Formats: sequence, C-alpha cells, structure tokens
Amino acid sequence: MDRSARGSQPPAAPESSRRRFLKRGLALGAALATGGRTVPGRGEPVPGPADPSKVVGGPMVPYGERSRFEEALKEKGPPFLPDEWGGNFTPLEETVGIITPSALHYEVCRGGIPDIDPRRHRLLIHGMVERPLMLTIDELKRLPSTSRILFLECAGNTRSEWRAPTADKARFTHGLTSCSEWTGVALSLLLREAGAHKGASWIVAEGADATGNERSIPMAKAMDDVLVAYGQNGEAARPGNGYPLRLIVPGWEGNVNVKWLRRIKVVARPYMTRMEAPDHTSLLPDGKARQFVFVMEAKSVITFPSGGQRLPGPGLFEIRGLAWSGRGFVRRVEISTNGGKTWRDARLQAPILRFAHTRFALDWRWDGRETILQSRCTDETGYVQPKLAELVKVRGLNSLYHNNAIQNWKVRADGSVQNVHA
Amino acid sequence: MSTRKHGLGLWAALLMVTSVTISGALAQMPTYGVGRAPTAEELKAWDLTIPPDGQGLPPGQGTAVLGKPVYAARCAACHGENGDDPKYRALVGGRGPLTSAELSENLDWVLGGKPVLTIGRFWPYATTLWSYINRAQPFDEPGSLTHDQVYAVTAYLLYLNGIIGEADVLDAGTLPAVKMPNRNGFVPDSRPDVGKITAPKKR
Repeated sequence: MDRSARGSQPPAAPESSRRRFLKRGLALGAALATGGRTVPGRGEPVPGPADPSKVVGGPMVPYGERSRFEEALKEKGPPFLPDEWGGNFTPLEETVGIITPSALHYEVCRGGIPDIDPRRHRLLIHGMVERPLMLTIDELKRLPSTSRILFLECAGNTRSEWRAPTADKARFTHGLTSCSEWTGVALSLLLREAGAHKGASWIVAEGADATGNERSIPMAKAMDDVLVAYGQNGEAARPGNGYPLRLIVPGWEGNVNVKWLRRIKVVARPYMTRMEAPDHTSLLPDGKARQFVFVMEAKSVITFPSGGQRLPGPGLFEIRGLAWSGRGFVRRVEISTNGGKTWRDARLQAPILRFAHTRFALDWRWDGRETILQSRCTDETGYVQPKLAELVKVRGLNSLYHNNAIQNWKVRADGSVQNVHA
Repeated sequence: MSTRKHGLGLWAALLMVTSVTISGALAQMPTYGVGRAPTAEELKAWDLTIPPDGQGLPPGQGTAVLGKPVYAARCAACHGENGDDPKYRALVGGRGPLTSAELSENLDWVLGGKPVLTIGRFWPYATTLWSYINRAQPFDEPGSLTHDQVYAVTAYLLYLNGIIGEADVLDAGTLPAVKMPNRNGFVPDSRPDVGKITAPKKR
C-alpha cells in the first residue's frame, strides 16, 4: 500500500528541519485559531474506515510505527539557530505515564547528530589507570548490565522563564526533560577493570560528535551510580540520544551525560572544558558564577491543564503532571488550584523510582472562574520546590541554568490556559 | 555432596586468607579481561583535551598578527569581522563588571543577544579556548586547523579581548600562563541555597 496514502511521512523526506519547524508553526497556529486538531505540517489525515471490523487490516511490519492519527512531535528551538544546534523539546503535555517514547526524548545538540558506525566505535579509558583500555561495543555488551528508569534534564530547561513567562506550552517551559529506561555497564566496573589510581579524583568524559562535548565529573560520582549506556527503552539508544554509547549520570544535569561517548580520561583535577568553564555556570548577583552545578533540584509541572490547552467548560477534571528530583525519590506533590492560597496532596502513581519522572494526579472540579494552577514537589531529602521569587531573591536574574521554580498556569473563564508568573 | 560443600568451604577459607595478604594486588587485577591496550597513535589522535596547566599542548606557535587572516577566512562568517557578532556567539565585547545592568538586560539568550559572557569578560582559562578551537572549530569543518593556526587564532581572540599584545607569541609554554581577567570569578555549588535538606539522604 502506498505509504503516503496511509498518512505516514516518507522515510527520507529531504526537507530541512528548519522548514518543517516553520511549517509546523504555521499549522499549529492554524490549529489554535480554529480550535481543531490537524496533523501539523501534514494537513488532515485521510479518514479511517467507518467500521474497521468490516475490512481486512494492514500488514504487520518488522519495525512498528505509531498510528497515523497520532501527532505528538518534538519541537526544535530557538528558531534562529541552525538545525544542528539547539534544543529539541519533548511535548510533555502530549505524553502519558513516566516513560518518554524514545522518538520523543528531548535532544540538545551543538554540532549535529553524528552518524556513528557501532562496528568502528570504541571507548577508550586512559589517564591515571593501570591498564588503558580500548573497548568495542560488543565487549561492553558482554559485561554485566544494569537497567534503570531515569530522567534526564538539560540544565537550561525552563531557562526562558526567569524574567517573564515567555513559553506558551509545557513543552517549551519544561520539555528539556524526558525519562527512559537506560541499559548499560556500571562505570565503576570499567574503572576497576582499567585499575584507576587511588589519587585520581575526577574523570573527563568526551563525546565523538563534531563539538566533542567534554565534561569533568568527580570520581566519587563516577564510582557511585554512573552508567555507560547502550540501551534505551529496550533497544539501542537513539542517535540523537547518544547512539551507540553514552554516559548516564543519575540526577545530574543533562550535559554531563555525555552522548556518543568515546573516551574517559582518569585525572587528578577538572579540565575546565568549554562546557563547564564558561558554559553551564550560573552567574550570581555578586558577579561570581557557580561552577560544577551538577544536581537537578526537585521540580514538577502540571501537563494538564497546561499552556495552550482549553477546558471545554466547568466540570470535573483530573489534573496531571510530572515531578522529579536529582536528589532521589519524589516523596510528595502538592497542587494548588487557587494560586497558592491552599494546597492539596496529589496522588503519586506507581512506580515511584529514584531519579525518575513520577506521575501525579488530582481530581479537580473547575467552577468556571479564572484561577491559577500550581504544583510543588518535595523530594526524599525534604527539599521543597521553591517559588520563582525565592530563587530570584538569592540568585538574581542572570544565572541562566537550574530554574526549578513552581510553574503557574492561569485558567481563564473561557477555559483557555496560559503561562503566567504569579 | 557434603564433602563437596566442605571442600568449597575450605577453598573459600584459603582464598580469604590469601586475599588478606595480597589484597592490594588483587584489587588491581581485572575481573573480565575485556578490551585491549590502545596504541600510542590512538592515544595521540584522541587525547586532545587540554587542562589549565597546559599538559598535552602540542608544539607550534602563533601570534595575533598571524591569526588575523586565519580568523577572517575561517571564523568571521559566523562570529563577525571583529568577533562581536552575536548571531551565534559573540567572542569579543561586553566589557564591564559582571554585575552591570547592561549584562542583565542582554542575558535572556546568551545566543542571539548582545555580547555578554565573552571570552575576555567571562572565560577563566585560555587553555579552554585553545582546546575547543582545536577540537571543534570551525563549526562546518571541526578539527581542521593546524596547531599553528589554533595558536594563532587563539592569540588573535585574546588580542581582540585586550588580554595579550598583537605580537605576543602563544605556544605550549606561554598559553597556560595567560592570566584571564575572570580567572577568580567562579565559586563552588552551594545549593540548596533556597529551601533546605531536612532528611538525610538514604540509599
């Protein structure tokens, strides 16, 4: 059967992602204007049969695609950067459960997604070690493997929101976080195999992409729970998420989870790479900048109702969202439906896992009046997600990264939902 | 059956005694024996990251005078003739203290905004600049500059930022010695700075 007639995109559409971005923006604009739901950039899908039980279905295929009626897509930003550079945001408001589909897992790239042949890829472990090692992917896969469901979050997630509410949807306020099951080898095992020296207190991890992302990571964390991962949600990691090999550093800012990992150097001091000095530092009001700001602090966002969505009218709704903490378990999520005057505990949906997205929900009867919805996460350490004003009071407006403030969604009387500061 | 159990127990006891005496050596022995030793050529090709002390900087040299034409040919298209085009990343400009209102007004997007956290104003180490240019620049041809060209372009950018003179020679000895204005501008992470940890971290 003709693929395009079935509504799927041609596999090798040579259209640039920038053009797709523009077209998508136009389509989304049209969809918002009409209140209808079109397939962005593709127009209305050909209708399905009125009664699918009366016709023979389509053939089974060796690698599945989602239904042609599903339309959630990542969105690339900011628009002024080339296609190979910037963030590709997860549409959090369109996902369910705690696992982000691999195809929708957020990506941040600075030099494009490399085309890596796993047969040629190697991992080098060297520096302050007894036995420098050159490892193939097959050799790594032979070693004992570990799987963990873990969130990743870019340090710059929510970065556009420090001064004013600029993003229209949850995908752009919070979509640089996703959650996958990651499978790989414990880095501690590899460092023991190589015989890391006792005096070595840091590692430097490097990626095989054009920008060669390099990050220094303290040895204590490297020996604790870091994974050298090849698997994502039951198959090989997606190219945009590090294929064939990446570092997974539970709870720490996305950039240290070095993608396309090809080298780990065991060293005595941090190397002060481009991505850690100057970038990924947070400027404070006194002109000093915090450096090696690794942990992603507790954070949450309501994904329904959220910016750009519309409630059909007063009635009973289930408020839903995601919470996570780089310090471990989410213990509690509270929701306010009156702009922070009062708070109620949301239900936490099992499984609740350390360093994983945790799904929360709360029934809410909307009376049709304008109000503000907020969620507030408390993690296993007792740390409570702060208000933006509290963060700004201490950090000022110039720290760029690590904005984990409470998000405000204003529900207007007409049911529309808007990103506001409150 | 019991004999075998007994035998295993004896072996375990023996191993324990032995391991106490040679524990230092055992701890250093590989368990799985995977991988091979890298060749000297492989290490040379991959071990490119340069730390602040300059360890690993290759031979070669350059000055701002030599760097200017290299910059014009390979870098100016993105970063502007004078390094201050903010389109992708301004490398020069944005002088003044890191507390100034001007900085605050333009920091919303480091990319696309006016020059703010530039090399001269913000970067703590000159080695970072050399290492990054050598590994990842220019954007469309990463790693294509010769070592002399990397020294020269680094010198030119430091010169444009008012940090070294036009004729100052950068090499493996002088580059790590360059004193960057914001060298002492960084502090460790002191979070949680808002809110606090009340329960001890459990595993």
